Amino acid sequence: MANSTSKTKVAEAAAVNTMAVLAPAIAWLIPGAGHIIQKRWIRGLLILISVTTLFLLGLAMQGRIYKANGGDILDILGFIGDVGAGGLYIVTLAMEWGQGAIAFATADYGTKFMIVAGLLNFIAVADAYHIAIGKKQ
Amino acid sequence: MTITLNHFSAAAVFALFASIVFGITHRDTTREMVRYGLYCFAMFLGGALVAGWVMWLLRR
Repeated sequence: MANSTSKTKVAEAAAVNTMAVLAPAIAWLIPGAGHIIQKRWIRGLLILISVTTLFLLGLAMQGRIYKANGGDILDILGFIGDVGAGGLYIVTLAMEWGQGAIAFATADYGTKFMIVAGLLNFIAVADAYHIAIGKKQ
Repeated sequence: MTITLNHFSAAAVFALFASIVFGITHRDTTREMVRYGLYCFAMFLGGALVAGWVMWLLRR
């Protein structure tokens, strides 16, 4: 009896450890997915819609995407913000979107929208991790 | 496709989505999430309006 209880506890701990790694990783790659795989369906969908819409709006407003760089501090911070969007950032780089267009007055808003989308996703990643380790329901 | 938003609609869109994520990630219960999200939305938009009026006053 005691043996089976300890086996159950070990299995639960292993599951928590796996989820503590998997949830943040998948949450970064696909915004909201960290919540969805932990059965927080509505929260996950809302995060997915919010982050993705903000990022795509930024692209549609002709915002500029930052690439990895070692130059100006603002460019480095812009890259850190953008990279938070995970898969959206990777696809945007691969498709060579987000080149920015100075001709559009709102292009700078678009650039900021994409950075904020990435930063919001970082917060969502941390939240998914907290759910995985049981710190939050 | 190019979308052009004016200052206020850009601020409103930003406030909406940022508030949703803030509400979900900063509170524990559904009720608290909704309340905090609404609070953040009001603060974002209210802050933008107040800042706008302050700039208008400074320009005069």
